[in-house]
Amino acid sequence: MVRTHRRKDRPPSLAIDRLRVEIATRRGLARVIDDVSLEVWPGEIVGVIGESGSGKTMTALSLLGLMPRRAKIAAGEIKLGGEVITHLPDAARRRLRGSRVAFIPQDALRALNPVLRVDLQVGEPANIHRQTPWDQAKARAVELLRAVHLKDPEQRAREYPHQFSGGMQQRAMIAMGLALEPELLIADEPTTALDVTVQAQVLKLLREIRDSHGTAILFITHDLGVIAELCDWVYVMYAGAVLEQGPVERLFAHPAHPYTQMLLRATPTVRTVQSELLSIPGQIPQPFELPAGCRFADRCPHRFEHCASEPPHLQVEAEHTARCWLLTESITAATAVAAS
Amino acid sequence: MISAAVGSAGHRRRINWRRWRLLAIGGFLVAIVVFCAVFANFVAPYSPYDLDVASMLQGPSAAHWLGTDEVGRDELSRAIFAARISVEVALVAVGVGLIGGTIIGIFAAYFGGWIDLALMRLMELLFSFPAILLAVILMASLGTSILNAMLSIGIIFIPGFSRLARAATNDVLRQQYIDAARTIGMGDARIMMREILPNVVTPLLVEAAVAFAYAVLLESALSFLGLGAQPPEPSWGNMLNTGRGFMGQAPWLGIVPGMAMFLCVLGFNLLGDGLRDAFDPHLRE
Repeated sequence: MVRTHRRKDRPPSLAIDRLRVEIATRRGLARVIDDVSLEVWPGEIVGVIGESGSGKTMTALSLLGLMPRRAKIAAGEIKLGGEVITHLPDAARRRLRGSRVAFIPQDALRALNPVLRVDLQVGEPANIHRQTPWDQAKARAVELLRAVHLKDPEQRAREYPHQFSGGMQQRAMIAMGLALEPELLIADEPTTALDVTVQAQVLKLLREIRDSHGTAILFITHDLGVIAELCDWVYVMYAGAVLEQGPVERLFAHPAHPYTQMLLRATPTVRTVQSELLSIPGQIPQPFELPAGCRFADRCPHRFEHCASEPPHLQVEAEHTARCWLLTESITAATAVAAS
Repeated sequence: MISAAVGSAGHRRRINWRRWRLLAIGGFLVAIVVFCAVFANFVAPYSPYDLDVASMLQGPSAAHWLGTDEVGRDELSRAIFAARISVEVALVAVGVGLIGGTIIGIFAAYFGGWIDLALMRLMELLFSFPAILLAVILMASLGTSILNAMLSIGIIFIPGFSRLARAATNDVLRQQYIDAARTIGMGDARIMMREILPNVVTPLLVEAAVAFAYAVLLESALSFLGLGAQPPEPSWGNMLNTGRGFMGQAPWLGIVPGMAMFLCVLGFNLLGDGLRDAFDPHLRE
C-alpha cells in the first residue's frame, strides 16, 4: 500500500508540543500526560497506541478542552491548524468542537441520545454552529448518512438509535463528526466494540474520508493490527509519555523500544504460531508514582544502569525516534562513556 | 427449558394485565372527573348558583338526584361545577410544581457544587413544613383567592419534583451521550433542554399524576378552611364545610362532596400507580 508522505506546504492540522497535564489527587500530583509532542498533518492518519491508562484518551480530551475538572495543562502548547488553542476560554473552545475538530467515541450506541431520532442528532452540529434551520439540517443529515454508505438513508434518518446495528450507529457517529467538514477527526477506539467484519468496513470508511476530504485523522487504539492497516504514522504511548514514534512501516520494521518490541510480539498473528499467548509482565506505573528514570524500566528485560535517568527521544533512523538508552549503547557507546 | 420459557411468558402476561387494570380503573375515574369539569354547563341539570328557597334541604328525589342544600341549590350541579374548580386548581398547581421543580432539579444536578447545595437546602427548608401549614402560611401572606391557592399548592410541590428531577438528571449525566454532546460543541442550555430534559421527563410525569390527587385534596382543605374558592363559587371543600352544619338533618350535604373527592383522588392515585408500574423496568420482567 502506498502511504501518503507528510505534505508540509500547509501548517499541521494538529501540533502538540511538549504537553504536560497534571491532576491533583489525594495521593499527590498525577502527571497523566508528560512531555508529549505529536503532529498530525493534513490528509494524514496518525495512530496513537497504548494500554489503558497510557494517556491516549486524555491527550484527545486535552485538545478538545474536555478534560476532567481537576486536570490542568501545566506546560506545553496545542496548535490547531497553526493557531494556538492551549488556553482558549471555554466558549471559544466550544466553538471549535464539532466544527473544526470532531470526536468519534468508542461506543456509538451509548454516545447517541436514546430519545432523539437519528437525523436530529446528525443534523445537530450544523444547527449549533451555523444556526442552520432544522428542516435543512435534517435534509443535510440524510445526505451525510448517505455519504457514510448507510442503506436507505431517508428512512433510517427517522429511526431511533436503538433500531440501528452497531456498525450503523458508528456510521451515524462518523456522519455527525463529518457534518461541518472538520480539519481534524479524533477517533477514540471507534472499532473496539464492533465485529471484525464491521470493523473493516468502518476502517475503510475512515480511509475514504481522508482520501476524499483530506481530513487529518488522529486514531486512538490499543490494536496494533488496526494501526498497521490504517495509519501513516504511529505514536506509542506508555504511562503518559510517547516512548517511540515514526512512520508506520519503519516503526514496524525496526521497533527500537523494548516496549514496542514486546507489544509487537504480544500481538498474535496467523504466521507466527505461538505455543502460548505472550503478555508483558508487570503493570503500567500509576501516574502519581512515576519512577525517576525510564518509566518502562520496571518491566524491561534490557534494563541497565542508564535507565535510572530518563532518556530523551533518540534517533533510530530518519523521522523515527525512541526514548531508550539502548540506542546510544548500540550506536555510540564510546560517546556515552566519554560524556559521563 | 421450553416449559420454563412458556412459564415466564405467562407470568409476564399476568403482570401486564394487573398493570392495565390499575390504569383502566384510574383512567376511567379521571375521565369522568375531567369530563364533568370541562362540560359542566352541559352535564349539570341546574345552575350551581340558582337559589330556590322553596325546595331547600330536600333529600334525593327525581327532580334533585342528590338533594338540595340549605338555600335550595341542586347538590349534584354544585358537585359537578366544583370538579371544574378542583381540576383547574390541580392543573395549575401541578404545572407550577412540575415546571419549577424540574428547572431547579436539573440546574442543581447539572451545575453541582455550591449551586446544588444552596438549591437543595432551600428545597429541604420548604419540605420541612407540613404541606397544609405551608399552604395556609402562603395564603395568609398572598391573600385569599383561587389564584393564590393554585400558586401556594404549586410551591408546595416544587421540592418533591426538584428532588426527583435532580436524581434523574444525575443519572443521565453519567451517560456517554452527554459527553458526546459536548464533543460536538453543545452549550449548557442546549444540553439541558435537548439531552437531559427528554430523558428525565417520564418519572416526572408519573409523579405529576400522583401530585394531581394531592392537589385536589389540598385545594379542598383550603376551601374547607375558607381560604380557597369563595362562596357562592362551589368547591368540594366549602360544600363539605357547609354540610358539616347539617349532618343530622341533611347528611347528603356532607356525603356528596366527600364521595366526589374520594372518587377523584382515588382515580388520580390509581392512574399514577398504573403509570409508575407501566414505566417501571423492574416490573417488566
